[in-house]
Amino acid sequence: MTALERSSPPPGLPRRGAALGRVVPPVGVLLVAAAAGLLVGSLRSAVFAQLTVQGLALGAVYGSLALALVLVYRATGVINFAQGELAMATTYVAYQLIQWGLTYWQAFFATLAAAFVLGMVLEMALVRPVQHRSTIAAVIVTVGLFVLTDGVVTWIWGGAFKYMPSPFGTAIYHVGGVAIARLYLGMLAVVLVSVLLVWALFQFTKLGLGMRAAALRPAEAALVGVRVDWMLAIGWGLAAVLGAVAGLMAEPSQYVLEPTLMQPILVYAFAAAVLGGLESPAGAVVGGLALGVSLNLIVQYVPEVTSELQLPFAFAVLLAVLLLKPAGLFGRSAARRV
Amino acid sequence: MSPLLELEGVEARYGPVQALHGISLSVEEGSIVAVLGPNGAGKTTTLRAISGTVRRSGRIVLAGRPLERLGPDRVARLGVAHVPEGRGTFSELTVWENLRLGAYTRRGSLAPELERVFSYFPWLRERRRQEAGTLSGGEQQMLALARAFVQRPRLLLLDEPSLGLAPLLVAELFRIVRELNEQEGLTVLVVEQNAHLALQAAHAGYVLEAGRVSLSGPSAQLRANDAVRRSYLGY
Repeated sequence: MTALERSSPPPGLPRRGAALGRVVPPVGVLLVAAAAGLLVGSLRSAVFAQLTVQGLALGAVYGSLALALVLVYRATGVINFAQGELAMATTYVAYQLIQWGLTYWQAFFATLAAAFVLGMVLEMALVRPVQHRSTIAAVIVTVGLFVLTDGVVTWIWGGAFKYMPSPFGTAIYHVGGVAIARLYLGMLAVVLVSVLLVWALFQFTKLGLGMRAAALRPAEAALVGVRVDWMLAIGWGLAAVLGAVAGLMAEPSQYVLEPTLMQPILVYAFAAAVLGGLESPAGAVVGGLALGVSLNLIVQYVPEVTSELQLPFAFAVLLAVLLLKPAGLFGRSAARRV
Repeated sequence: MSPLLELEGVEARYGPVQALHGISLSVEEGSIVAVLGPNGAGKTTTLRAISGTVRRSGRIVLAGRPLERLGPDRVARLGVAHVPEGRGTFSELTVWENLRLGAYTRRGSLAPELERVFSYFPWLRERRRQEAGTLSGGEQQMLALARAFVQRPRLLLLDEPSLGLAPLLVAELFRIVRELNEQEGLTVLVVEQNAHLALQAAHAGYVLEAGRVSLSGPSAQLRANDAVRRSYLGY
């Protein structure tokens, strides 16, 4: 009978590796060194500088989708394999809205709103009922959702290339002999602003605090009056918004919209999320940027690595992190549930 | 006047195992009531039945409102603060955020509330930016109590507050609970292994055995009861 009374964890045991503390200094040193390296390289070579900016812009897209994965994982313990396909689908929504006569930025914000609702509804309708039985079943549901989304999008819009107007035009800036496309600066700015807004929401608002509490300890959060179910659904909604931003910013860099838009990016996002530590939002973004830049530079400067090897390279990063430092750069512990 | 909290024939089960077999008890407004009993008697489950963290049946009424169909967040919104066994602080969040969560259901400024909390727990002020997980066990228990107090509950449910604490801290904790009760009129239902302490602080008590109430009455009467003395007070 004692077991009944003691169904909560014993008080002496900290949950997860709480004692591990903050990010250890070497990671900070590593990042500063990397940033310095990029800066020196950029000052010495215009090509290097261009590749760095382009890599950062692409990396921001990976980071945004990686952050979506991390949010969902932290909120519900589920890896959402459909995150990329949902981002692709919402990009098609934006495409459709533009076809119907909205301007790019009207369509952009309308799409984010639609993505938020879509994310919430999916969590409540598909994931939650299954997750009550098992988390792994919920993960399998997301795999099904991947295929389903792909099918529905192809059914509605067809598989042929679609073209969207460029949000940032084709302007090119020249900074000290370095040509930088406005597109990449725009991508970088939009993604980073979105990420910062989501971070501020989590860090500084009551809703954000409730969401963090619900994700960390659902039972205790309910005891202080947090509506845990709503918080988890909102978490999925926000993840879908970040995914939509990633999709909308990925499209101009690919120049065309097709149903496979986000599939390679999902792999990069997984690698970025694992690199950063699956539970660390900051890690996801830093991981995305690091991956974007290093992929871009490696393809240019290491002749053996051709652009066909970019995806395998991302997988290699993923495997290496899991084998050598499963907690990632910023993580506190290895992945627990999936 | 009807009591603030009334339970009548409350049953609860964990899967196939029935933990409560019809508990009835009442808590007067402004009083401290202790729940005693051996391990597995259903003390913790009684609190969980009230706060809605276990599925239950029977009648649970708080100030005229039935609770037995409400989930934990709704019960919390009606003014019940439950400090579960094992503290239930959010160790990954800062002290400040923990306190802020206590006020989650309330609107408006927290400043006066926090000033009052800091007057009872002055050390919390300096450590508000610290992660709660870095506090000692006793400090975490105090933080849980402070957070519950920020909730400004009509009813505080305290589960084994003395568990794992040094005796000096336990005494301090009960002193504060007593003070909150006397100064602020806070109503408390406390589950406690340490019957001696609990009956000292409480006005009335219930003894549970195997999911039923076996004895109840004012603290003085329970302290004088031979069975209680033998089983729980040790003399």
